[in-house]
Amino acid sequence: MGGTSQRNINLKLKVWRQKGANQQGHFEEYDAKGISTDASFLEMLDVVNQRLIKEGRDPISFDHDCREGICGSCSMVINGNPHGSERSTATCQLHMRKFNDGETVVIEPFRAKAFPVIKDLSVDRSALDQIIASGGYISVNTGNAPDANGLPVAKVDADQAFNAATCIGCGACVAACVNGSAMLFVGAKVAHLGLLPQGQPERNERVLAMMDKMQELGFGNCSNTGACAVSCPKDISFENIARMNREYAKASIKKRS
Amino acid sequence: MNYLKSSIGRKQLMGLTGLLWCGFVLSHMVGNMLIFMGPDAYNKYSHALITNPLLLLAEGALVVTLLVHIFYGLKLKFENQVARHTRYAMPTNGEKAARAHSKFMAFHGTLILVFIVYHLVTFKYGTHYVTNVDGVEMRDLHRLIIEVFQSPGYVAWYVLCLIGLGFHLSHGFYSAFASLGFYHPKYSAWLNQLGYVYAFVVAAGFISQPLYVFLFARAQ
Ligand code: FES
Repeated sequence: MGGTSQRNINLKLKVWRQKGANQQGHFEEYDAKGISTDASFLEMLDVVNQRLIKEGRDPISFDHDCREGICGSCSMVINGNPHGSERSTATCQLHMRKFNDGETVVIEPFRAKAFPVIKDLSVDRSALDQIIASGGYISVNTGNAPDANGLPVAKVDADQAFNAATCIGCGACVAACVNGSAMLFVGAKVAHLGLLPQGQPERNERVLAMMDKMQELGFGNCSNTGACAVSCPKDISFENIARMNREYAKASIKKRS
Repeated sequence: MNYLKSSIGRKQLMGLTGLLWCGFVLSHMVGNMLIFMGPDAYNKYSHALITNPLLLLAEGALVVTLLVHIFYGLKLKFENQVARHTRYAMPTNGEKAARAHSKFMAFHGTLILVFIVYHLVTFKYGTHYVTNVDGVEMRDLHRLIIEVFQSPGYVAWYVLCLIGLGFHLSHGFYSAFASLGFYHPKYSAWLNQLGYVYAFVVAAGFISQPLYVFLFARAQ
């Protein structure tokens, strides 16, 4: 958008501060003064941190990397919603023009047992990597790159697999879930690979292994509240969870041991 | 992992047992509508049920499925509380809110359980009046119901619990289908609406019965 609508606003921040995983956390209040409405949410935090550093205080820790909505690092809960209240938006893509002058903004880390706090807003989401490592891959030897049309994939399958593949692994689904469940994340990967021909040989083992891993890592059980899908910055569909429920039941029947 | 120990397996058991009860509460509500038809119709209906040998089987199935539903419901709830052991200052809200009532299933569920027990004690195991319809001696359940629903306190409690049941079903119906893997863009929105309509019809139907008795029916 850009243009000439830029203004400056003042906000009151209530930020969760926590020194480490096993420490007690608490909210602290900060003023964010003269914030450009063209700034992103992370840039607003940068401005606040600059001041904290200048004053010799401990800056607020938060994760970030790409700042363009593709890496999934910028995990935080803003006013109760992962990545703030805008749909289809990661925190780094959230603009300050979405906030009102004088507003109080509550910022917390993603909360789940499987996501221990590292410091302040920064949490350890490596449990998601462990789930992927348990089966979220294709291990067939694919040889040379095949002809573009050598392996036909139906358009609807390609589209659905693509929707699932856009997951950036940010963990917002887990953070939004009142049960701390990672079903949308797992469901997305199971759908992504399960809908494509290359994913077929390991289809059954994959869903069983990934779900077992999810459970083992202390994620909760899905109760279909749907908060995950609406909180997803990439709009991964809730359909993926139902599809995985089907796949899991089928795979449980088919497995031989 | 054993299917019955797995997160999805247990959810599917919750869904299956829940759906069985969905069918039961609907038929129970419809059958009870005979209260509007007067004592003979109601008593004949209940007599036909009581004397049917298959009733024992149905009751057994209901008890077993309810126990499974409660057992896994509590187990999942406790696990989920551990999985989300710290709370946010605010819940998800606005466009990102969780489905209405989905977070309170254990709460309504407990209320419904207390209600079921209390209502069995009041009616099934309540005073055994006897009447005679068309020369057949049978239990006068109609009289007991008319008597019980004269108490405003009982009616209020009954209505409250049935509102809880309506909320439980409004998420439970849809959720059971989702857990069992039913979801397709073609019908999932429709299934969701059907869940709300179903929950409303069951709750409103049940609620109409004590209200009718309290307001209009008197023991002869
Ligand atoms: S910083 Fe990469 S998605 Fe936000």
